[in-house]
Amino acid sequence: MSRRLVALYRSQLGKKVVVAVTGLIMVGFLVVHLAGNLKVFLPDPEPGVADIDVYAEALREIGVPFLPHGAVVWATRLALLAAVILHVVCVLQLSAQSRAARRGGYAERRYQRATWAARLMMVSGLTLLVYIVFHLAHLTVGVVEPDRFVHGALYYNLYEAFTRWPFVLIYTVGMAAVAFHVYHGAWSVFQTLGLDSPERNRLFRGVAIGLAILFLVGFLSIPFAFVSGVLGPPPSPPEEHAGILQAGFATPADNAPSEVQR
Amino acid sequence: MNFSLKIWRQDGSQGRFEDYEVSDVSADSSFLEMLDQLNDQLTESGGDPVAFDSDCREGVCGTCCLVINGRPHGGRGGTTCQLYMRHFADGETITIEPWRATAFPVVRDLVVDRSAFDRIIQSGGYITVHSGPKPEPNTMPIEPEVAEEALDAASCIGCGACVAACPNGAAMLFTAAKISHLGLLPQGQPERMERVRSMVEKMEDEGFGPCRNYGECEAACPKDISIKFIGRMNRDYLRATMVEPYDRRGKMKPQ
Ligand code: HEM
Ligand code: SF4
Ligand code: FES
Repeated sequence: MSRRLVALYRSQLGKKVVVAVTGLIMVGFLVVHLAGNLKVFLPDPEPGVADIDVYAEALREIGVPFLPHGAVVWATRLALLAAVILHVVCVLQLSAQSRAARRGGYAERRYQRATWAARLMMVSGLTLLVYIVFHLAHLTVGVVEPDRFVHGALYYNLYEAFTRWPFVLIYTVGMAAVAFHVYHGAWSVFQTLGLDSPERNRLFRGVAIGLAILFLVGFLSIPFAFVSGVLGPPPSPPEEHAGILQAGFATPADNAPSEVQR
Repeated sequence: MNFSLKIWRQDGSQGRFEDYEVSDVSADSSFLEMLDQLNDQLTESGGDPVAFDSDCREGVCGTCCLVINGRPHGGRGGTTCQLYMRHFADGETITIEPWRATAFPVVRDLVVDRSAFDRIIQSGGYITVHSGPKPEPNTMPIEPEVAEEALDAASCIGCGACVAACPNGAAMLFTAAKISHLGLLPQGQPERMERVRSMVEKMEDEGFGPCRNYGECEAACPKDISIKFIGRMNRDYLRATMVEPYDRRGKMKPQ
């Protein structure tokens, strides 16, 4: 099996498959990530606690007591890191090969079919790479503005950032890059894996356009809701609320669903 | 009709554009006839005629390889030899270049060496049949749809416009057409996996680039070969590398 994988990876076609599969993994993650993020709009399950904070804590509790606290979150992070690295390494190697295959261009070159999204995959991809690093530094590690960041207090951190336009703008650029990348990428995957055909093409093109719009509108609804005042300040000061979470939600994984229903 | 031509001239490793004028061209002459007229003009005035390839001049051999105004074969859905001067405006400046791809080195002026395609075919574009008396034609039944699809793929004339149009210099459409044409038919089944493996490897060895699903090849193809064949090749290649040939004598443990 591993010998076959190495043989596959050696070829350009195989590297494309790696790009496609890792791209698909990242698209899958974005769907889940979006669903989780939209919890920011749900009402507080308990006075003084935002629903999204309960959710974040619940994610860390998945698998407890069989797995350590935060295990699933960390496993997901490592898998995604591996996906990003493989995706980018393959893309850079392929890109070097395409340049080598086409030294010297035409005096005049008129494209007939290629979309802007397809031609700018490298631009949108590199923008994404920069964006991902920024996003992790900002909302995961909290080093962009440490005095306005409290670990575990997601709602507070979002409120602090997105009530100011520079942050809204940065995230808008990031999400525009996602949408652009996925507009071509989410279709390209099916072609690379040999699943597209004239009969299925409309479906797959539709999926790609749908995902691009979903990501753009879905993710951006959050910063715009804060900056426009649709979402208000956090229900309690962040330090206090981390305390409530720990005391009130000893096993948030069990509590969270029923709390949400109420 | 009169035209100003900007033509790529190359003898050796470096080339450059040169400007020419042709006059009194009939609107019904083909693009190649217009170039013949230019070459007559150049020969008479003691100049050096422009080298370009052509053979059948009826769209079946695939030798007439010119990029005209930035589009292989002029981008009107046929080959260069099927392009007529009435498609151009009187007095227009027309840019004429060779196919540009590392795997297709320029021999001279507008002539490129496309033997990389021949080597891809040699690496797996065949079937094994016994060479005795000709078999009865209908001994092997083939569904008409399958036969038609194989014929669609087989209509590739190997011109290389797909490579010329591809910003990545990929030969996926050509290779996929050749692989599918044999791989769709029952006669092509015995070597199907071996074929896709060796032809794809040869394609990459020859220095063609990786596909990025732009679709430019399909738009440039004078024979309307569909990129669906590329998907088919990808699928077969995945199977050929990941599952075939399976270990026929491998052991299984019940516990
Ligand atoms: C959230 C992150 C990302 C997602 C969801 C994503 C998704 C995808 C998908 C689905 C494809 C199509 C694969 C195929 O053609 O079969 C793709 C291709 C590509 N990605 Fe990404 N990607 C992401 C991050 C990046 C990053 C950080 C880069 C940075 C260099 C990048 C560069 C590219 C390029 C250049 C291609 C085109 C590859 C080719 O067709 O040869 N992507 N991506
Ligand atoms: S696939 Fe089309 S463009 Fe490419 S070589 Fe064959 S006929 Fe020419
Ligand atoms: S000369 Fe044969 S196809 Fe044009």
